[in-house]
Amino acid sequence: MKWESVIGLEVHAQLATESKIFSSTPTRYGAEPNTQAGLIDLGYPGVLPVLNQKAVELAVTFGLAIDASIGRRSVFARKNYFYPDLPKGYQISQYDRPIVTGGGLDVLLSDGSVKRIGITRAHLEEDAGKSVHDLFPDSSGIDLNRAGTPLLEIVSEPDLRSAEEAVAYLKCLHTLVRYLEICDGNMQEGSFRCDANVSVRPIGQHDLSTRTEIKNLNSFRFVEQAIAFEIDRQIRVHEDGGIIVQETRLYDANRRETRPLRTKEDAHDYRYFPDPDLLPLVLEERFIEAIASRLPELPRAKRDRFMAVYGLSVYDATVLTQSRALAEYYETGMKGSALDSKIMANWVMGEVLAGLNRDHLEIEAVPVSATDLAGLLARIGDGTLSGKMAKEVFEAMWTGGGTADAVIDAKSLRQLSDTDTLEGVIDTVIAAHPEQWAEYCAGRDKLLGFFVGQVMQATRGQASPKLLNALLQKKRHPES
Amino acid sequence: MTFARVELERLATLASLDIGREDLERLGGELSRILDFVRQLETAATHETEPLTHPLELNQPLRFDAVAETVDRERYQRDAPRTESGYYLVPRVIE
Amino acid sequence: MKSRHVRALIEADRIHPGQVARHYRERIAAFNSRLNAFITVLDQEPRARPADAGRCLLAGLPIAHKDIFVTRDVRTTCGSRMLGGFVPPYDAGVVERLADQGCVLLGKTNMDEFAMGSSNETSYFGPVRNPWDLERVPGGSSGGSAAAVAAGLIPVATGTDTGGSIRQPAALCGVTGLKPTYGRVSRYGMIAFASSLDQAGILARSAEDAAWVLRAMAGHDPRDSTSVNRPVPDYVAALAQGIRGCRIGVLENCFDTGLNPEVGERIRDALRVMERLGAKLCDIRLPHLALSVPAYYVLAPAECSSNLARYDGVRFGHRAQDAQDLPDLYRRSRSEGFGAEVKRRILIGTYVLSHGYYDAYYLQAQRVRRLIREDFLHALETVDLLAGPTTPTPAFRLGEKTEDPLTMYLNDIYTIGVNLAGLPALSVPAGLVGGLPVGLHLIAGDFNEALMLAAAHAFQGATEWHDLVPPGFEESAS
Repeated sequence: MKWESVIGLEVHAQLATESKIFSSTPTRYGAEPNTQAGLIDLGYPGVLPVLNQKAVELAVTFGLAIDASIGRRSVFARKNYFYPDLPKGYQISQYDRPIVTGGGLDVLLSDGSVKRIGITRAHLEEDAGKSVHDLFPDSSGIDLNRAGTPLLEIVSEPDLRSAEEAVAYLKCLHTLVRYLEICDGNMQEGSFRCDANVSVRPIGQHDLSTRTEIKNLNSFRFVEQAIAFEIDRQIRVHEDGGIIVQETRLYDANRRETRPLRTKEDAHDYRYFPDPDLLPLVLEERFIEAIASRLPELPRAKRDRFMAVYGLSVYDATVLTQSRALAEYYETGMKGSALDSKIMANWVMGEVLAGLNRDHLEIEAVPVSATDLAGLLARIGDGTLSGKMAKEVFEAMWTGGGTADAVIDAKSLRQLSDTDTLEGVIDTVIAAHPEQWAEYCAGRDKLLGFFVGQVMQATRGQASPKLLNALLQKKRHPES
Repeated sequence: MTFARVELERLATLASLDIGREDLERLGGELSRILDFVRQLETAATHETEPLTHPLELNQPLRFDAVAETVDRERYQRDAPRTESGYYLVPRVIE
Repeated sequence: MKSRHVRALIEADRIHPGQVARHYRERIAAFNSRLNAFITVLDQEPRARPADAGRCLLAGLPIAHKDIFVTRDVRTTCGSRMLGGFVPPYDAGVVERLADQGCVLLGKTNMDEFAMGSSNETSYFGPVRNPWDLERVPGGSSGGSAAAVAAGLIPVATGTDTGGSIRQPAALCGVTGLKPTYGRVSRYGMIAFASSLDQAGILARSAEDAAWVLRAMAGHDPRDSTSVNRPVPDYVAALAQGIRGCRIGVLENCFDTGLNPEVGERIRDALRVMERLGAKLCDIRLPHLALSVPAYYVLAPAECSSNLARYDGVRFGHRAQDAQDLPDLYRRSRSEGFGAEVKRRILIGTYVLSHGYYDAYYLQAQRVRRLIREDFLHALETVDLLAGPTTPTPAFRLGEKTEDPLTMYLNDIYTIGVNLAGLPALSVPAGLVGGLPVGLHLIAGDFNEALMLAAAHAFQGATEWHDLVPPGFEESAS
């Protein structure tokens, strides 16, 4: 039998606010345990939640960016259950009236096609704290710093059909939230977390089969591996005549398998009801319009523009628009310069990204500014530098050498492109190696490299390769 | 209406309460009578009435996003029965 | 001291600073053991006197807070073993505001556990006794505050009212009890029972005193999303407007079966006084009022079951010893920390919110809640105030209703509808039945506390019920 997998993702994106969703303590990552857990976060008696405006704005920003409908009236509910990282015994979350409903993302798949993935809803909620299990002999330690951090839970339609598609969607979403600057997207720190709902069905079957949920996938690689494993597992179970149980599973990255959560899930009954400490969130048109007017150019529009304006390929345009800062870097470099857009693209995607990667830097902290990079590329254009020399200059610029011209001056790296001078050097080299020259002139072409090397050595690499080649040819066939 | 013992135990689990065996019957009876009493609500014709969550139907105010509260962990943890190294302690949780 | 009224006490404190507080401290020391009205008595005010005391509204006025209001560095128990050792690191909005206006905190008053009760018998710290008859209950849940004011241990005290918890004990103890409009007073730091019903208010010797305190206590608190941002009128100045021409609708529903006939007579007498003072009376019936108790006993337990989930023995409050595992820690801490009534309500609330019952109970109760509010608003289109008895009977005996929770719940039959509707209401003493006080219940439209206080003030100008002192608690008796 042929099987089709059906996947939907639930992503928890931590919203980029200074303070928490219902309290005024900081959301900073990595603080000492419980030093960012205030009275409201700790669920002290009598203290009350007050909603953070920024969290609302960021959720609306997301909704507008995915063409969703914005709930003019959304409601916060309480989801009731006991767990040590949930200080109040309930989580405040939006239930039947979310702030964002509908919309979708156009995802670029590896075969170059574009697939629209529907988004069911996105709602605001508060994050829970963390439990630490390996620090104390018989106890778990509870750190509530994260409790109350604003989250946007983004629920996709079950439109994804493979692990690769799921990852493509997730990357697209990841790009978008960073683009919109609503989430820093840091997966290691848990700012962008993913749960996957997976089921398989025989091709042609319309109804959905029983699904399992894989919790807390915190890297693209794990998402792909976990889903792929789970699809295979479910197909095996079906083919062996077994039954898939609706359950929550965890992905074990070391053993590369998913397994059911060990904690016994009591018959969950979350007893959702509207939080009586909070009133309905009513958004006026003015509020939404103000956010719409501040919306940046969205990644897809930017990608299309890069292809149209700069003549770049889909691939180049996609890479360069993966973050707003990188796209801005590219455009700053291109602005007012007569550079070839493809050369600029190659340098940004090559040297710049490689350098950032090597030094673990974000584009915001790039040591070579876009204008300086443009200056460097201009020196290739006017023949001052060879490509190879330019890379050397770039390295120097990267480590604080200043502008391209400053580096060129400091290292006297100017390309030797004066015909008379270079001819003189070539003559000296020929005089020193008469036998080789004779062999070369007799047709041993391989020796061209030898002479190029000798001249380069004599000029400390500054000879213009183009001119050097031309002159050597000319000397070999003086008549032609 | 009588309250099945298993139902009462389910509620107790959801509410994280222990109900002693000796209390099960009494409590079951009390809950049954209270729920029978509140069932009068069925007599009201409400099919065209929207639920009322808050007496004054106002909208949620919004707070400016700024850090204002300072956390005094040492003071707060004086209220806690068991803490260590800044953590609140609970019996080991197995995940 | 010539007068025990707020205005006079502030004046007395201005002339002899500290003397007024000393006087009440002495009375607490002398009488509290008979009443058990206080859970915590403070020998010294925990806060410094405001620097510009001269400009405070209530400079030097002694006050007691119901032990449901958290007080920084002063134990706050909510009448529960769960919080028996809880010393909060923060002040409730009400506590802060009254301290800023110069009030001197003398102690924390006893109450039904987590405000769940109508007799003060569910307190972990023992029942409060009614100063009019020590074998009888003071009402609840603000029974400690009511008894303390009635016995003259404190001139004014705060209370909270979720289903009648200020007005019912005020009626049973013969004091004036005011529940403001929902949202008028901050709920910040007021330990939640049922968030959409809870409202802070005042127990005082007179409507005038209540007006003095409300003026200082009311107002917007940005820390409470349900607190209303609108100006606070000068309730004291408004007292002078009197009652002439005021249209009062008499809630005939409340004179049906179940009302003690003598209580009914006292209330009819009181209404005649109002009429003589120039009020115009008419009869009003609210079609859905009878459903207020059942609606309340769905909504209040539902909210409480969730509000009380935070008491798990981890961050504060009672923690069971030697728990085997986490669920055991939760279950035992909560079972040891909560009393029977609290557990009962948590279970009811858990039930009505649970899968399969939510629509039939919780949503239906919310729909009925709207019908009840609409009934009130409709009536208040034709009258300025509504009036009736506060309770069906005078104070009952200790232990009389503890066996049957339902009978106890029905004691709040006249007061509960007001909480569902969010309206302001008060109870004023309206005579005695068998030597026990009876309360007249007045209800006003949203944010119309001033009118209601003026009417009560006019009534108190023409009657002396509010000046009666329970035998054995006279000033000379200390």
